[in-house]
Amino acid sequence: MRCVHVPNGFFDAPVSIGAGVVAAAGIGLCLKGARRELDDRTAPLAGLTAAFIFAAQMINFPVGAGTSGHLMGGALAAILVGPYTGVLCISVVLLVQTFFADGGVTAYGINVTLMGIVSVAVGYGIFRLLMAVLPKNRSSVTIASFSGALVSVPASALAFVGLFALGGTADLSLGAVATAMISVHVLIGIGEGVITAVTVGSIAAVRPDLVHGVTLTPAAPLQLRNDADLPVDTPAAGGVSA
Amino acid sequence: MTKRFFFVFLLVAVIIAGFVSFYASASPDGLTKVAEDKGFASQEKDHQFKDSPLGDYGVKGVDNERLSGGLAGVIGVGLTLAVGGGLFWVVRRRSSAG
Repeated sequence: MRCVHVPNGFFDAPVSIGAGVVAAAGIGLCLKGARRELDDRTAPLAGLTAAFIFAAQMINFPVGAGTSGHLMGGALAAILVGPYTGVLCISVVLLVQTFFADGGVTAYGINVTLMGIVSVAVGYGIFRLLMAVLPKNRSSVTIASFSGALVSVPASALAFVGLFALGGTADLSLGAVATAMISVHVLIGIGEGVITAVTVGSIAAVRPDLVHGVTLTPAAPLQLRNDADLPVDTPAAGGVSA
Repeated sequence: MTKRFFFVFLLVAVIIAGFVSFYASASPDGLTKVAEDKGFASQEKDHQFKDSPLGDYGVKGVDNERLSGGLAGVIGVGLTLAVGGGLFWVVRRRSSAG
Protein backbone atom coordinates (compact mmCIF):
# COMPACT_ATOMS: atom_id res chain seq x y z
CA MET A 1 0.00 0.00 0.00
CA ARG A 2 3.00 2.31 0.04
CA CYS A 3 2.71 4.30 -3.13
CA VAL A 4 6.13 5.74 -3.52
CA HIS A 5 6.85 8.77 -5.62
CA VAL A 6 10.28 10.29 -6.16
CA PRO A 7 11.77 10.38 -2.64
CA ASN A 8 14.31 12.76 -1.17
CA GLY A 9 17.90 12.23 -2.25
CA PHE A 10 17.59 10.93 -5.83
CA PHE A 11 18.51 14.29 -7.38
CA ASP A 12 21.15 16.91 -6.63
CA ALA A 13 20.27 20.38 -5.38
CA PRO A 14 20.37 22.24 -8.74
CA VAL A 15 17.94 19.83 -10.39
CA SER A 16 15.67 19.77 -7.34
CA ILE A 17 15.62 23.56 -7.20
CA GLY A 18 15.28 23.88 -10.98
CA ALA A 19 12.31 21.52 -10.98
CA GLY A 20 10.88 23.49 -8.07
CA VAL A 21 11.03 26.65 -10.19
CA VAL A 22 9.41 24.87 -13.15
CA ALA A 23 6.70 23.51 -10.86
CA ALA A 24 6.05 26.92 -9.28
CA ALA A 25 5.80 28.59 -12.69
CA GLY A 26 3.54 25.80 -13.93
CA ILE A 27 1.25 26.05 -10.91
CA GLY A 28 1.09 29.83 -11.34
CA LEU A 29 0.14 29.46 -15.00
CA CYS A 30 -2.45 26.82 -14.14
CA LEU A 31 -4.03 28.98 -11.43
CA LYS A 32 -4.71 31.53 -14.17
CA GLY A 33 -5.88 28.97 -16.72
CA ALA A 34 -8.04 27.06 -14.24
CA ARG A 35 -10.26 30.10 -13.81
CA ARG A 36 -11.63 29.46 -17.29
CA GLU A 37 -12.30 25.82 -16.49
CA LEU A 38 -13.93 26.19 -13.10
CA ASP A 39 -17.40 27.41 -12.27
CA ASP A 40 -19.97 26.66 -9.58
CA ARG A 41 -20.52 23.16 -10.95
CA THR A 42 -17.04 22.11 -11.98
CA ALA A 43 -15.17 23.45 -8.91
CA PRO A 44 -16.69 20.81 -6.58
CA LEU A 45 -16.09 18.15 -9.26
CA ALA A 46 -12.41 19.17 -9.39
CA GLY A 47 -12.10 18.83 -5.60
CA LEU A 48 -13.69 15.39 -5.78
CA THR A 49 -11.42 14.41 -8.67
CA ALA A 50 -8.36 15.25 -6.55
CA ALA A 51 -9.81 13.22 -3.64
CA PHE A 52 -10.54 10.30 -5.98
CA ILE A 53 -6.97 10.38 -7.33
CA PHE A 54 -5.60 10.37 -3.78
CA ALA A 55 -7.67 7.24 -3.10
CA ALA A 56 -6.78 5.55 -6.39
CA GLN A 57 -3.06 6.16 -5.85
CA MET A 58 -3.25 4.00 -2.72
CA ILE A 59 -4.05 1.01 -4.90
CA ASN A 60 -0.82 -0.52 -6.09
CA PHE A 61 -1.55 -3.16 -8.71
CA PRO A 62 0.95 -5.89 -9.64
CA VAL A 63 2.85 -5.53 -12.92
CA GLY A 64 4.96 -8.61 -13.40
CA ALA A 65 7.15 -10.32 -10.86
CA GLY A 66 7.68 -8.44 -7.62
CA THR A 67 6.78 -5.05 -9.01
CA SER A 68 3.71 -2.87 -8.66
CA GLY A 69 2.40 0.40 -10.00
CA HIS A 70 -0.36 2.83 -9.23
CA LEU A 71 -2.40 5.46 -11.00
CA MET A 72 -0.72 8.82 -11.58
CA GLY A 73 -3.97 10.48 -12.58
CA GLY A 74 -2.72 13.39 -14.71
CA ALA A 75 -4.60 12.32 -17.83
CA LEU A 76 -7.69 11.41 -15.80
CA ALA A 77 -7.83 14.78 -14.05
CA ALA A 78 -7.22 16.72 -17.26
CA ILE A 79 -9.96 14.87 -19.17
CA LEU A 80 -12.46 15.26 -16.33
CA VAL A 81 -11.84 18.87 -15.30
CA GLY A 82 -9.46 20.41 -17.84
CA PRO A 83 -5.67 20.48 -18.19
CA TYR A 84 -4.94 23.54 -16.02
CA THR A 85 -7.15 22.30 -13.21
CA GLY A 86 -5.71 18.82 -13.78
CA VAL A 87 -2.17 19.96 -12.95
CA LEU A 88 -3.54 21.66 -9.83
CA CYS A 89 -5.38 18.46 -8.80
CA ILE A 90 -2.14 16.46 -8.97
CA SER A 91 -0.24 19.20 -7.11
CA VAL A 92 -2.82 19.13 -4.30
CA VAL A 93 -2.68 15.33 -4.09
CA LEU A 94 1.13 15.40 -3.92
CA LEU A 95 1.01 18.09 -1.24
CA VAL A 96 -1.34 16.07 0.96
CA GLN A 97 0.75 12.93 0.37
CA THR A 98 3.86 14.53 1.83
CA PHE A 99 2.07 14.36 5.20
CA PHE A 100 1.85 10.62 4.65
CA ALA A 101 5.63 10.60 4.10
CA ASP A 102 5.10 9.77 0.41
CA GLY A 103 7.11 11.74 -2.13
CA GLY A 104 10.01 13.71 -0.67
CA VAL A 105 9.47 17.31 0.41
CA THR A 106 12.60 18.39 -1.44
CA ALA A 107 11.41 16.31 -4.41
CA TYR A 108 8.01 18.05 -4.50
CA GLY A 109 8.96 20.16 -7.51
CA ILE A 110 10.22 17.09 -9.34
CA ASN A 111 7.04 15.15 -8.61
CA VAL A 112 4.80 18.05 -9.69
CA THR A 113 6.84 18.42 -12.88
CA LEU A 114 6.80 14.72 -13.77
CA MET A 115 3.37 13.58 -12.58
CA GLY A 116 1.56 16.88 -12.95
CA ILE A 117 2.92 18.86 -15.85
CA VAL A 118 4.46 16.14 -18.07
CA SER A 119 1.69 13.58 -17.62
CA VAL A 120 -1.09 16.14 -18.13
CA ALA A 121 0.59 17.65 -21.21
CA VAL A 122 1.23 14.28 -22.85
CA GLY A 123 -1.93 12.49 -21.68
CA TYR A 124 -4.33 15.32 -22.47
CA GLY A 125 -2.51 16.18 -25.70
CA ILE A 126 -2.94 12.65 -27.04
CA PHE A 127 -6.56 12.56 -25.81
CA ARG A 128 -7.42 15.75 -27.73
CA LEU A 129 -5.54 14.62 -30.81
CA LEU A 130 -7.46 11.33 -30.94
CA MET A 131 -10.79 13.03 -30.19
CA ALA A 132 -10.17 15.27 -33.19
CA VAL A 133 -9.67 12.37 -35.61
CA LEU A 134 -11.95 9.66 -34.19
CA PRO A 135 -15.70 9.54 -34.86
CA LYS A 136 -17.73 11.49 -32.34
CA ASN A 137 -19.14 8.80 -30.11
CA ARG A 138 -18.76 7.33 -26.68
CA SER A 139 -16.31 4.58 -27.56
CA SER A 140 -13.96 7.22 -28.98
CA VAL A 141 -13.94 8.90 -25.57
CA THR A 142 -12.93 5.59 -24.01
CA ILE A 143 -10.24 4.87 -26.62
CA ALA A 144 -8.79 8.38 -26.41
CA SER A 145 -8.79 8.29 -22.57
CA PHE A 146 -7.08 4.89 -22.53
CA SER A 147 -4.42 5.91 -25.05
CA GLY A 148 -3.62 9.29 -23.51
CA ALA A 149 -3.34 7.81 -20.04
CA LEU A 150 -1.23 4.88 -21.22
CA VAL A 151 1.37 7.02 -22.99
CA SER A 152 1.51 9.61 -20.19
CA VAL A 153 3.15 7.12 -17.81
CA PRO A 154 6.23 6.11 -19.87
CA ALA A 155 6.47 9.79 -20.90
CA SER A 156 6.82 10.76 -17.24
CA ALA A 157 9.34 7.94 -16.77
CA LEU A 158 11.32 9.27 -19.73
CA ALA A 159 11.29 12.76 -18.19
CA PHE A 160 12.55 11.20 -14.96
CA VAL A 161 15.49 9.72 -16.88
CA GLY A 162 16.14 13.12 -18.46
CA LEU A 163 16.32 14.73 -15.04
CA PHE A 164 18.49 11.87 -13.83
CA ALA A 165 20.91 12.60 -16.68
CA LEU A 166 21.05 16.23 -15.56
CA GLY A 167 21.45 15.71 -11.86
CA GLY A 168 20.97 12.18 -10.59
CA THR A 169 22.91 11.38 -7.44
CA ALA A 170 24.23 8.06 -8.78
CA ASP A 171 26.59 7.53 -11.67
CA LEU A 172 24.86 4.95 -13.80
CA SER A 173 24.48 3.92 -17.41
CA LEU A 174 21.61 6.10 -18.57
CA GLY A 175 20.67 3.64 -21.27
CA ALA A 176 20.13 0.92 -18.70
CA VAL A 177 18.08 3.19 -16.42
CA ALA A 178 16.02 4.39 -19.39
CA THR A 179 15.31 0.87 -20.64
CA ALA A 180 14.31 -0.37 -17.20
CA MET A 181 12.20 2.70 -16.38
CA ILE A 182 10.34 2.74 -19.68
CA SER A 183 9.67 -0.99 -19.91
CA VAL A 184 8.15 -1.19 -16.42
CA HIS A 185 6.20 2.04 -16.91
CA VAL A 186 4.65 0.85 -20.17
CA LEU A 187 3.10 -1.96 -18.10
CA ILE A 188 1.98 0.48 -15.41
CA GLY A 189 0.63 2.65 -18.22
CA ILE A 190 -1.74 -0.13 -19.28
CA GLY A 191 -3.21 -0.08 -15.77
CA GLU A 192 -3.35 3.72 -15.91
CA GLY A 193 -5.16 3.50 -19.23
CA VAL A 194 -7.73 0.98 -17.95
CA ILE A 195 -8.49 2.93 -14.75
CA THR A 196 -8.72 6.22 -16.66
CA ALA A 197 -10.94 4.80 -19.41
CA VAL A 198 -13.27 3.09 -16.92
CA THR A 199 -13.56 6.21 -14.73
CA VAL A 200 -14.06 8.65 -17.61
CA GLY A 201 -16.42 6.20 -19.34
CA SER A 202 -18.55 5.72 -16.20
CA ILE A 203 -18.88 9.43 -15.54
CA ALA A 204 -19.50 10.24 -19.22
CA ALA A 205 -22.25 7.63 -19.25
CA VAL A 206 -24.25 9.33 -16.48
CA ARG A 207 -23.13 12.97 -16.60
CA PRO A 208 -21.44 13.76 -19.93
CA ASP A 209 -22.17 17.43 -19.30
CA LEU A 210 -19.68 17.39 -16.41
CA VAL A 211 -16.75 15.90 -18.34
CA HIS A 212 -14.47 18.63 -19.68
CA GLY A 213 -13.00 16.46 -22.44
CA VAL A 214 -16.48 15.56 -23.71
CA THR A 215 -18.10 18.98 -23.59
CA LEU A 216 -15.22 20.40 -25.62
CA THR A 217 -15.95 18.20 -28.61
CA PRO A 218 -18.43 20.20 -30.67
CA ALA A 219 -20.20 17.40 -32.52
CA ALA A 220 -20.37 14.95 -29.64
CA PRO A 221 -23.92 13.65 -29.35
CA LEU A 222 -23.45 13.09 -25.62
CA GLN A 223 -23.50 16.61 -24.41
CA LEU A 224 -26.24 18.66 -22.91
CA ARG A 225 -25.89 22.17 -24.02
CA ASN A 226 -28.37 24.78 -25.00
CA ASP A 227 -29.24 28.28 -24.04
CA ALA A 228 -31.23 27.15 -21.01
CA ASP A 229 -28.16 25.50 -19.57
CA LEU A 230 -25.16 27.23 -18.11
CA PRO A 231 -22.47 27.83 -20.72
CA VAL A 232 -20.43 24.66 -20.84
CA ASP A 233 -17.42 26.35 -22.28
CA THR A 234 -16.23 29.90 -22.47
CA PRO A 235 -16.20 31.11 -26.05
CA ALA A 236 -12.78 31.20 -27.66
CA ALA A 237 -11.11 30.51 -24.33
CA GLY A 238 -8.28 28.77 -26.08
CA GLY A 239 -9.40 25.28 -25.17
CA VAL A 240 -11.19 24.42 -28.37
CA SER A 241 -9.16 22.62 -30.95
CA ALA A 242 -8.36 24.55 -34.06
CA MET B 1 -29.13 15.38 -9.29
CA THR B 2 -25.64 16.82 -9.42
CA LYS B 3 -25.42 16.60 -5.63
CA ARG B 4 -26.26 12.92 -5.74
CA PHE B 5 -23.63 12.34 -8.40
CA PHE B 6 -21.01 14.14 -6.29
CA PHE B 7 -22.01 12.09 -3.25
CA VAL B 8 -21.58 8.80 -5.14
CA PHE B 9 -18.20 9.93 -6.53
CA LEU B 10 -17.01 10.76 -2.99
CA LEU B 11 -18.37 7.49 -1.64
CA VAL B 12 -16.39 5.53 -4.25
CA ALA B 13 -13.20 7.41 -3.25
CA VAL B 14 -13.82 6.73 0.46
CA ILE B 15 -14.43 3.02 -0.17
CA ILE B 16 -11.26 2.73 -2.26
CA ALA B 17 -9.08 4.56 0.28
CA GLY B 18 -10.72 3.16 3.38
CA PHE B 19 -11.30 -0.43 2.41
CA VAL B 20 -9.91 -1.57 -0.94
CA SER B 21 -6.47 -0.08 -0.20
CA PHE B 22 -5.84 -2.90 2.30
CA TYR B 23 -5.66 -5.31 -0.61
CA ALA B 24 -3.19 -3.28 -2.66
CA SER B 25 0.00 -4.95 -3.84
CA ALA B 26 2.84 -4.62 -1.34
CA SER B 27 5.53 -5.12 -3.99
CA PRO B 28 7.85 -2.19 -4.64
CA ASP B 29 6.49 0.14 -7.30
CA GLY B 30 8.12 0.62 -10.70
CA LEU B 31 10.47 3.41 -9.66
CA THR B 32 11.53 1.72 -6.41
CA LYS B 33 12.13 -1.54 -8.26
CA VAL B 34 14.30 0.11 -10.91
CA ALA B 35 16.18 1.99 -8.18
CA GLU B 36 16.86 -1.31 -6.39
CA ASP B 37 17.85 -3.19 -9.53
CA LYS B 38 20.10 -0.44 -10.87
CA GLY B 39 21.60 0.33 -7.50
CA PHE B 40 20.49 3.86 -6.72
CA ALA B 41 17.90 3.00 -4.09
CA SER B 42 20.54 3.67 -1.42
CA GLN B 43 20.49 7.33 -2.44
CA GLU B 44 17.07 7.72 -0.92
CA LYS B 45 17.05 9.90 2.17
CA ASP B 46 14.57 9.66 4.98
CA HIS B 47 11.37 11.54 4.55
CA GLN B 48 11.06 14.71 6.60
CA PHE B 49 7.67 13.56 7.84
CA LYS B 50 8.39 9.88 8.30
CA ASP B 51 7.38 10.19 11.95
CA SER B 52 4.29 12.25 11.18
CA PRO B 53 1.07 10.93 12.74
CA LEU B 54 0.05 9.74 9.26
CA GLY B 55 3.46 8.51 8.05
CA ASP B 56 3.45 5.56 5.62
CA TYR B 57 -0.33 5.60 5.28
CA GLY B 58 -1.12 4.55 8.81
CA VAL B 59 -2.48 6.36 11.83
CA LYS B 60 0.05 6.32 14.67
CA GLY B 61 -1.33 4.64 17.75
CA VAL B 62 -3.82 2.46 15.88
CA ASP B 63 -2.38 -1.04 15.92
CA ASN B 64 -4.88 -2.87 13.76
CA GLU B 65 -3.28 -2.64 10.33
CA ARG B 66 -6.56 -2.69 8.43
CA LEU B 67 -8.10 0.00 10.62
CA SER B 68 -4.96 2.15 10.70
CA GLY B 69 -4.50 2.09 6.92
CA GLY B 70 -8.18 2.56 6.19
CA LEU B 71 -8.46 5.47 8.59
CA ALA B 72 -5.37 7.12 7.08
CA GLY B 73 -6.88 6.69 3.64
CA VAL B 74 -10.19 8.28 4.62
CA ILE B 75 -8.36 11.16 6.35
CA GLY B 76 -6.30 11.64 3.18
CA VAL B 77 -9.39 11.75 0.98
CA GLY B 78 -10.97 14.29 3.33
CA LEU B 79 -7.82 16.43 3.43
CA THR B 80 -7.45 16.35 -0.36
CA LEU B 81 -11.10 17.28 -0.84
CA ALA B 82 -10.80 20.14 1.65
CA VAL B 83 -7.58 21.56 0.19
CA GLY B 84 -8.51 20.95 -3.45
CA GLY B 85 -12.16 21.90 -3.13
CA GLY B 86 -11.25 25.06 -1.21
CA LEU B 87 -8.65 26.08 -3.77
CA PHE B 88 -10.92 25.42 -6.76
CA TRP B 89 -13.84 27.23 -5.14
CA VAL B 90 -11.66 30.31 -4.66
CA VAL B 91 -10.19 30.14 -8.18
CA ARG B 92 -13.50 29.53 -10.01
CA ARG B 93 -15.16 32.25 -12.06
CA ARG B 94 -18.19 33.62 -10.30
CA SER B 95 -21.48 33.41 -12.09
CA SER B 96 -23.12 36.79 -12.43
CA ALA B 97 -26.10 35.51 -10.48
CA GLY B 98 -23.74 35.04 -7.54
